[in-house]
Amino acid sequence: MSHEREIIDQAEMRSDVHPVISVTPDHEVLVENHPLAEYLRMDRMPHIWCPTCGIGIAAKCFAEALYELKVDCTKVAVVSGIGCTGRVAGYMKLDAFHSTHGRPIPFATGLKLCRPELMVAVFSGDGDLVGIGGNHFIHAARRNIDLMVVLVNNFIYGMTGGQNAPTTPLTARTSTMPFGNYERPFNIPHLAASCGATYVARWTTLHVRRLTRSFKEAIQRKGFRFIEVIAPCSTLYGRLNKLGTGFDLMKYYRDASEIHNGADTRDVQIDFQGKLICGKFLDEEKPTYIESMHEHYRRVLGERYVPMPDTGGWINGQD
Amino acid sequence: MKADPSGVLTGAHYLDGDFACGEGAMAAGCRFVAGYPITPSTEVVERISRRFPMMGGVFIQMEDELASMAAIIGASWTGTKSMTVTSGPGFSLMMENIGLAAMMETPCVVVNVQRGGPSTGLPTMVGQADMMQARWGSHGDYEIIALCPQSPQEAFNLTIDAFNLAEQYRVPVMFMMDECVGHMTERVVIPPAGELECVPRRLTAKKPGEYLPYAFDGGLIPEFARAGDGYRFHTTGLTHDQRGYPVMSVECQQENVQRILDKIRLNVDKIVRFDEEQTDKADVVVVTYGITARVARAAIDLARKEGVKVGFLRLIVAWPFPEKRIQELAKKVKAFVVPEINRGQMLLEVERASAGQAPAIGVPHLGGGVHDPHDIAQAIVEAAK
Repeated sequence: MSHEREIIDQAEMRSDVHPVISVTPDHEVLVENHPLAEYLRMDRMPHIWCPTCGIGIAAKCFAEALYELKVDCTKVAVVSGIGCTGRVAGYMKLDAFHSTHGRPIPFATGLKLCRPELMVAVFSGDGDLVGIGGNHFIHAARRNIDLMVVLVNNFIYGMTGGQNAPTTPLTARTSTMPFGNYERPFNIPHLAASCGATYVARWTTLHVRRLTRSFKEAIQRKGFRFIEVIAPCSTLYGRLNKLGTGFDLMKYYRDASEIHNGADTRDVQIDFQGKLICGKFLDEEKPTYIESMHEHYRRVLGERYVPMPDTGGWINGQD
Repeated sequence: MKADPSGVLTGAHYLDGDFACGEGAMAAGCRFVAGYPITPSTEVVERISRRFPMMGGVFIQMEDELASMAAIIGASWTGTKSMTVTSGPGFSLMMENIGLAAMMETPCVVVNVQRGGPSTGLPTMVGQADMMQARWGSHGDYEIIALCPQSPQEAFNLTIDAFNLAEQYRVPVMFMMDECVGHMTERVVIPPAGELECVPRRLTAKKPGEYLPYAFDGGLIPEFARAGDGYRFHTTGLTHDQRGYPVMSVECQQENVQRILDKIRLNVDKIVRFDEEQTDKADVVVVTYGITARVARAAIDLARKEGVKVGFLRLIVAWPFPEKRIQELAKKVKAFVVPEINRGQMLLEVERASAGQAPAIGVPHLGGGVHDPHDIAQAIVEAAK
């Protein structure tokens, strides 16, 4: 037995494996890497998120989707903005960019247009994507640019200490609306859909399997794909609103969630501790920005049109 | 390496500075431009958007200048040479992501066709009042390179240099045109592609696993890895270590920020560029740049007729500033005269570099037009007394 213990201890101390350890009935110790370790920067663990935060669950579901689809991870880039969810790029073992506040979508637009073979995902928070970055969000949806945009919505600015967000439900308390919020929040799936997104879904972090399935679907679609992930912030949103622990917030998700696939996005507004309409609201095919560009230039310029090479602009074609 | 012939419009042309700048970018190998319309810079992207589809380039008109700047940084991480074009108000909006480009060490070119400011100012009329903003506009300590063309021909030539410097030093390069040069039409000769040198992206030869995005063992400038080449690297605007991972510490801040300053500061002698004429025996040296340099030549002729020994120093690279040369001249001359279309910006640099050894006399113009050469000539004559 002590020999087994020794092997287990050694495995746990090694930094190059992130072990899943099992012992067979014959007392053989099996040390395996966690299958998702390949998709995460294990050398950066532990992460900075609070206990019971939902962002890690969203990131894990994304990794799970990449794993299950056997996506070639050398051709996936992830771009984040600033804030708690802005740290997701930092933990994904992909070409990862932690950009400026509100700007991950235009940053990702440049990446995608210049290396069209990449699958580019944007992972950021509600404040980042529809607060400071709202203009970029609506225009990217309008253009139907090829990005998978994941917005983790915790109803509050977490990193800076619980200030009011453009997603804070009416009457909810925040550090800058100490008497309750009187500003009408965004209904983000409706915003995305009405601006031209081709895939729109919303899940809470309780719906891990459905969320993973949505990631898998979105990865395989083209155009502006949008997934809203409702995630608990017990440290700020929960505490300021006396909603209990992270567990209580998850219980709320269980009690208040209703799955309405194909729901009219006008009807999915979130009220304080009210119903959470989840589901896949939209899944349609429309020409993407890049497809429209190719199609148009081929029609008007014919043979003269030279598209951007799949691997980037001229200077790299020469090596 | 030599330029890609598809981007080089070889021949003699009659072009304005904006068009010439666009031609310079395409000749330099720029294949991604993101921009937002703003007078007096828009002709640059109008030119490019007409020619890009035939050479594998993409122009996208973004929703604002914040997005334009962010997009060219993203694009540059694919190895594609990238540029954005704007004027004062848009330049202000770009400052946020210019800081990101400096911190992530992303090669890119930002063209500012300067107009009168502040705020909306004089949209169609000349200014040179963004020179300090180009140097200091984003927050924190960082270094950039800035160039100032004085003619459409130079707008072409120096745009190529701007791209080359961006690649060499992994910095955003500010291309500080002014409305006069941008809208002035002159003969521009574009040589054959085989005569144009383009600096390629310095891609790492290391394998994924061995490569660290900000390792600088071989010098101050790290090697580059493109997104999509299998490196699965991380980069951030946060203070970061050689792995590109955020580290919030005094030591990491020191190492990270000091190096992005040093890669320019320790290479100043290689980067600075200026035109110098008759400074040997001069009593007064006129220091100027851009369109004002051409007006100053007329003023110098007038002053020479009055018998004043006048030298001329034109900044081609404005940042980093040719501090050493000004120091040397300050020991010999009676005064510097610094005409510029602002209330005295590069004047402060001349003053700082001469460190009290020779006075620096500004000839300000608040914008909307160029100086009357007589005003500059008068300042020169006064300074020589």
